Amino acid sequence: MKLLNLTINGRKHTKAVSPSMTLLDFLREELNLTGTKNGCDKGACGCCSVMIDDKPMLSCLLPALEAEGAAITTIEGIAKGNALHPVQEAMIEMGAIQCGFCTPAMVINGVHMLAKNNNPDDDEVKECISATVCRCTGYNSIEKALHLAASKMRRAAHDGS
Amino acid sequence: MAEDVAFKHIEKTSLIGKRIKKPDAPAKAIGKTRYINDMVLPQMLYGKILHAGRPHAEIISIDTSEAEKLAGVHLVITAKDTPDLKLGFVKDNAPLKSKVLCERDEVAAVAAESEAIAAAAIKLIKVSYKDLPGVFSAKDGLKKDAPQIQENFPGNKSLKFKFKHGDLAEAEAGSDIILDHVFNVHYVTHCCMGTSCAIADFDHNGKLTIYSQTQYPYNYKMDLAPALGIDPGDIRVIQPTTGGSFGAKLDVYPYEPVAAILAQKTGRPVKVLFDREEEFINSPTRQPAAIHLRTGCTSDGILTFRSADVLMDNGAYTSWGPTVPVIMMRTVSGHYRVPVIDFKAQAVYSNNAYAGSFRGYGNVQMTYATAQHMDMFAEELSEKHGMDPIEFHLKNAQKSGEVTPQKSYLRECVLAECLTTAAAASDYVNKHKTYTEACTEEGRYKRGIGLASSIHNAGGAKIHKSDGCGTILKMDDYARVTVITGASEIGQGIDAVISQIVSEELGVPPEHVTLVNNDSDIGPWDVGVHASRTTFIAGNGAKRAAIKAKKQILAAASKQANVTAEELDLRGGYVVQDKDGAAVIRLDRMLRQMHFQPTPDVVMVSDYYEPNSELEGKDHISDHSAAYSHAVHIAEVVVDTYTGEVKVEKVTMAQDVGRVINRMGLEAQMEGGLAFGLGFALSEEMIFEEGRLLNPSFRDYKVPTAPEMPEIEMHFIESDCEEGPYGAKGIAELPTIVIAPAIANAVYNATGIRFLNPPMSPEKVARAIWEKKQADS
Ligand code: FES
Ligand code: FES
Repeated sequence: MKLLNLTINGRKHTKAVSPSMTLLDFLREELNLTGTKNGCDKGACGCCSVMIDDKPMLSCLLPALEAEGAAITTIEGIAKGNALHPVQEAMIEMGAIQCGFCTPAMVINGVHMLAKNNNPDDDEVKECISATVCRCTGYNSIEKALHLAASKMRRAAHDGS
Repeated sequence: MAEDVAFKHIEKTSLIGKRIKKPDAPAKAIGKTRYINDMVLPQMLYGKILHAGRPHAEIISIDTSEAEKLAGVHLVITAKDTPDLKLGFVKDNAPLKSKVLCERDEVAAVAAESEAIAAAAIKLIKVSYKDLPGVFSAKDGLKKDAPQIQENFPGNKSLKFKFKHGDLAEAEAGSDIILDHVFNVHYVTHCCMGTSCAIADFDHNGKLTIYSQTQYPYNYKMDLAPALGIDPGDIRVIQPTTGGSFGAKLDVYPYEPVAAILAQKTGRPVKVLFDREEEFINSPTRQPAAIHLRTGCTSDGILTFRSADVLMDNGAYTSWGPTVPVIMMRTVSGHYRVPVIDFKAQAVYSNNAYAGSFRGYGNVQMTYATAQHMDMFAEELSEKHGMDPIEFHLKNAQKSGEVTPQKSYLRECVLAECLTTAAAASDYVNKHKTYTEACTEEGRYKRGIGLASSIHNAGGAKIHKSDGCGTILKMDDYARVTVITGASEIGQGIDAVISQIVSEELGVPPEHVTLVNNDSDIGPWDVGVHASRTTFIAGNGAKRAAIKAKKQILAAASKQANVTAEELDLRGGYVVQDKDGAAVIRLDRMLRQMHFQPTPDVVMVSDYYEPNSELEGKDHISDHSAAYSHAVHIAEVVVDTYTGEVKVEKVTMAQDVGRVINRMGLEAQMEGGLAFGLGFALSEEMIFEEGRLLNPSFRDYKVPTAPEMPEIEMHFIESDCEEGPYGAKGIAELPTIVIAPAIANAVYNATGIRFLNPPMSPEKVARAIWEKKQADS
């Protein structure tokens, strides 16, 4: 067991964890943040994506201790209070959520892409979600949602400037 | 007249055909939804199963002593602890095995305080096996000297099906072209993103509560009970949110009774959750099949007969898989107008994995064959007789009112419209001609376009004595509606459809409708999410219940307003005059007035909707669905002749949906269904070697990801089904069924090569192209 210090969704945590524990298990089991999903535990489905220091990473591949000092955002930290992120709103609006198991990862990856580039083309959108498996939707609706979110964010940026 | 209604007029509007959001989507979008995989109950133990990992063996001994000694282990069980417990369609399966018949066989199970301890304990169980020679294909299973797999099934013969209609010899003699091919349809699996999970909990009275991913909670109790030796009445099924299902959870599989037995014996709740590798190895598959299809046609392009001889590898146990001929034969006898039919199917036990139900249910397999034969005829007739390919399809397309040889009554049939719509929208005929001419030219990339269609039940399938669904509806004093339905939500979106239908009838916003449908102690009977039946059956039930509630309210309001009930309507949260929409009273006030009077009149209604279909009998001659529907897919592909890669660029779909209810949900199902069929056609394949799965991971088993998805153009043809809710038909399986042969036909158009054995993986396509080149030169 070793002490781990990190920030999750803006809140500081210090906990003793075993070296073999993955960040995914740490989030789900130690902190009860079950929004991040385990679809394979082997780095092959993308469902466990979280943002680590503003980069999407697969939490199932990372020993929790390697996140020492990191700032992590999980799906639970994307909305600001009751105000959903445009990506979350667009996913709901475009019918891009069926069983919803892949949704947290799709949202994390979408939010990251749009933070850097709020005018992505089709290929960039496809690329952004290409490592996450969804078995329900067929992806087109998720892509449409990301385009819609992008346009909402552009409008907001325009109105705000 | 109350003040708040003066001068208020509300127009009649309709929600049908509009886009309704899934009520559970916001919670899913913010990560708040608690899936069964996430659940932890107080005092809960973790169950883990030891799988045999070998295909056929006697179990000489099992030593569990080391595992039992491990700190944190509560219990280890083997078949000795669970004698006589039976499971499966013909009760040939058991929760734990005393002999190994396939790789996934459950040999022992552990309940421990953590997942890690349970996993460690499993490794400490010592089993000594005596391996036996195995059977690894249906053909081998039929050999005289084949080892017998199941005690009660000599010759390894499992289920068998037959249907005959008309004089085959005569039809063959009258045919100018006879096609004769064997199609080998491979193993694929559901890959639900949420892996299999069950949590079992017994109370002090011996009643079991099982948290389950099942998609058929009411029959589930009946199937689970004999595997536990308890009464089905003592089982309560709770269905927490689940990560997909697609047919995978239409049966009880051993991990579920194992969880229950562990819970019963330890007195603690027990959770069994598969990891992804366990999920690949131990979940049901799609039923593989060798389909020997023969089809006849005249030189005028009229189909004369279809005969199919289907050989199926049953695997070691019988779940829904080998029952798929029930639907396969409807395709053989109903996919276009075919006067003479000869269908047989035989399932043969082996030491392979066993199949369950899977979206498309037998029709994915059969349409892969029949739709390619249609394309072969179209090619030959156009080449030899100059016949337009669409004309050939239209000549054989049924019309409304026709009845198939199995007595499927096609009340509203718009196959012709589906064909012409999709063909026109994609410019099929011209493109097909252009690509045919370019097929033999040099060049790395080849384009192709392919058309396929199919038929499927769209109003349930009466394989049980009742194909009905119960609904209970109540309204409270604030005009909020609670609908308790037997229909399950597995991600497909019945929650949105039911709130939409109820809101349409009662004039309240869909957000004011709450659905309760995840507890078998509360919900009324339903036979489950399958056969594309839920919108049709549960939708009809919800509509009928809502109409009853509306009648009750309008009867009460009519007394007050001194008009007849027929002159009133419910709109926008008010009771209004039907003719001009003038508000009479706010709905919540009306409900309170009904409630708080000397003889209270409270809105609590119920309905049991039974579709007007006929039971699927032994002779397979019955109108077993309340509706049938058609779809046409046209796929446009580019084949890289160097790498063998097939890229589907665009798919044009035209489907008879009866009537669009929730446009958003409909599009979601069409697109998602297509993705399943695309994976089946191009990349997904479970590879077995002597009964062992070689690729149990997402790295080696390729499900489609975003870059593989084509552009999709959807055309919804509204045939207005008389029996369906607002005219709707069931829709969710056809998109999975039709796409694979459309791609195969497009690949043929591009390369001149027929792929009878899917998937059309790059290796296979590249090899076939190379072999063709060798043969041509
Ligand atoms: S759970 Fe991490 S990639 Fe699948
Ligand atoms: S919505 Fe079910 S896996 Fe994506």
